[in-house]
Amino acid sequence: MNAIASIPGKSQIEDPIVRFSGVRKSYDGETLVVRDLNLDIVRGEFLTLLGPSGSGKTTSLMMLAGFEAPTEGTISIDGKDVTALPPHRRGIGVVFQNYALFPHMTIGQNVGYPLRVRGTAQAEIDKRVMEALEMVELGAFGDRRPAQLSGGQQQRAALARALVFRPDLVLLDEPLGALDKQLREQMQYELKRLHEELKVTMVYVTHDQTEALTMSDRIAVFNDGRIQQLARPADLYENPQNAFVAEFVGENNRLSGTVTGVSANSVQIDVGGGAVVKARTAGSFSKGDKAVLSLRPERVAVAQTGKWENDFTVEIDKVVYLGDINRLLLRFAGGSEFAVRVANVGSGPVYKRGDSVRVAWRQADCLAFPA
Amino acid sequence: MSATTTFAETGQVPRRLRTLVRRAERQHLTKMLALMAPSVVFVALLFVVPIALFLFRSVDNVEIPKYLPNTVAEIGQWHEGELPPEGVYRALTEDLIALKGEPEAAVLGRRLNYSVPGFRGLVTRTVRQLPDTVPASARELLAGIDERWLDPVYWATLKQQSGRITDFYLLSAMDLKRGADGAITQVDETQAVFLSLYGRTLYTSVGVTVICLLIGYPVAAVMASAGPAAANWLLMLVLVPFWTSLLVRTTAWVVLLQTEGLVNKILIYLGIINEPLSLMFNTAGVFIAMVHVLLPYMILPLYSVMKGVSPVHLRAASSLGAPPVTVFRTVYLPLTIPGIAAGCTLVFVLSVGFYVTPALVGGPSDQMIGYFIAYFTNSAVNWGLASALGAFLILVIAVIYLVLGKVVGFDKLRVR
Repeated sequence: MNAIASIPGKSQIEDPIVRFSGVRKSYDGETLVVRDLNLDIVRGEFLTLLGPSGSGKTTSLMMLAGFEAPTEGTISIDGKDVTALPPHRRGIGVVFQNYALFPHMTIGQNVGYPLRVRGTAQAEIDKRVMEALEMVELGAFGDRRPAQLSGGQQQRAALARALVFRPDLVLLDEPLGALDKQLREQMQYELKRLHEELKVTMVYVTHDQTEALTMSDRIAVFNDGRIQQLARPADLYENPQNAFVAEFVGENNRLSGTVTGVSANSVQIDVGGGAVVKARTAGSFSKGDKAVLSLRPERVAVAQTGKWENDFTVEIDKVVYLGDINRLLLRFAGGSEFAVRVANVGSGPVYKRGDSVRVAWRQADCLAFPA
Repeated sequence: MSATTTFAETGQVPRRLRTLVRRAERQHLTKMLALMAPSVVFVALLFVVPIALFLFRSVDNVEIPKYLPNTVAEIGQWHEGELPPEGVYRALTEDLIALKGEPEAAVLGRRLNYSVPGFRGLVTRTVRQLPDTVPASARELLAGIDERWLDPVYWATLKQQSGRITDFYLLSAMDLKRGADGAITQVDETQAVFLSLYGRTLYTSVGVTVICLLIGYPVAAVMASAGPAAANWLLMLVLVPFWTSLLVRTTAWVVLLQTEGLVNKILIYLGIINEPLSLMFNTAGVFIAMVHVLLPYMILPLYSVMKGVSPVHLRAASSLGAPPVTVFRTVYLPLTIPGIAAGCTLVFVLSVGFYVTPALVGGPSDQMIGYFIAYFTNSAVNWGLASALGAFLILVIAVIYLVLGKVVGFDKLRVR
């Protein structure tokens, strides 16, 4: 964990377990699904490839597993070029979204499969299958058929199967996508526990940013076939490098406007409706440039009295009750999609549509990107 | 939650609930039966009943009791090893006089001729020469018309076949007969045709099924893994034969396979052979034409099962370290067994009943059971034997199906 914590979002590191260099992939010869992917994966880390569907994250994973061949570029594992190596000789464990357990085998036979095709002795297979099943708390399920197990149990069995032959690298392709919310959270903990216990490198693909933030050592945000940002979860959330990352990771208020004033590390931006917002810069601006602002709802203080750089009084357009919080949608800068959160503490003021409310936020919490 | 507590508190409600549920189930069942009724009635009237009636013919012995009622009543007195008493002769004479000038005499003769060759001639000759009244000694009269009436073989046959039900056809269909003493024996080797016929039918069917599987499996696998556009094209090509009638296709094979036919000409032109191969009127021709006709029946069930095999399973297997051949052997093949079982059952059952194709492209020694059933139905008008052959065919298929079902599981034999 510490070794990984020291690694910033650099794409080139010493002795990576996996290196993508200059990888491109096109299915039709016209559009690139993956454009110029350069990525080093650190030994032992939990790396998440995060992005919307069609962003190239799954294709990248499939190329690493060997199911798809890169159109250009090379992939190496442990310093060896594996670009042309078939999947069965890469020794990578893969967990698929729909479990992909073999329906004609029992859970025990499924988990023993990678050992059987490697010609391991039967006694050894039995021992290691039992170990693997116990590791995922399925010790009593070895004789069941996959169809007799629940989704969560099936995914745990699939995990045991991908780990039983002790691969150094395990790829997980949206493994929790088919599970319900509660089970998903439980499996997230289990996956993290296994990752720490076994010290394997895990590459995890998901489109769920919460999942990515809670589990990963590093996250690579994909969009449009490129890595938009590669960083640790907190960095990604606090310092998104562009508007897409800000938008995709976490909830976000997006405002656009024109730069009216520039000073060191900060800009003033006219967002319309007579409002001028002071923001931290992520990029260089000059007066008159178009800019996009990104502001997390939870960083906006409602009805507070302190002196912050941005301070406005606006009308409430809608109140959404979410139980633990109330979400206020405000009419700000001419739009009405400006969201803030108010904790539902029981004793606070009651907000309703049409009320005016004072909102404030620090300049440092508001990021300006070039549009 | 509140509803269950209410039921628990009051003992009456559950009973009422049960009645309501039962009523709803009954309505549902009535609706289903009503929807199925037309097809059930159709199948029963036009399929099950006729088949049952026809199968009954394999044990039905209508002619002898009907046309020789007196003889059947009297012949019980006769003990084998001697000539029948005068009463039996008299009874037969009376029966035959009643048939004088009637067409039924020929029907009776034909029936008796199945059992003993020459019986037909004996009956027609006797009927023709009988006087209108029975003289004092019927035995002398009959012996005078034809000496064969003194041969116990004919009387033994009459006695054996005097019942309403006979095992004669069923035994014949298995190359068996009852001897004069009533014991079941094999017929002479020269007359034994049916057992080898079953053997040939099964051999041809199994052979055609295996060839269809070997040719069809890769095709179906390619179709299942092809993109939608290519799969549609391939599917259409597989289905093209269905657009043409079986008879036309078989006739086309006659044109292609004959000695001066297209296949031989091309092979000679390409220099692969020097002399034309004989591909017609032999087993090769039957196999070629039957495989062609039946191939779609193998490909379609295989294809439908293979389409259901998720490519992710194959990827999973290879990511777990299995080389392609192992992936096929341990994952793809086991997952496609339902398709193999369904396709093989379909092709086998269809080919067992094949008639037109072997009749047109096969030689005399390539004819299958269907040909003989048709022959005994249409030409020889021996419906009893045709029915017995059919009954055994159904039995053989049923046994094979049961064995296969026990081995691979009945749920896998379904055609999806």
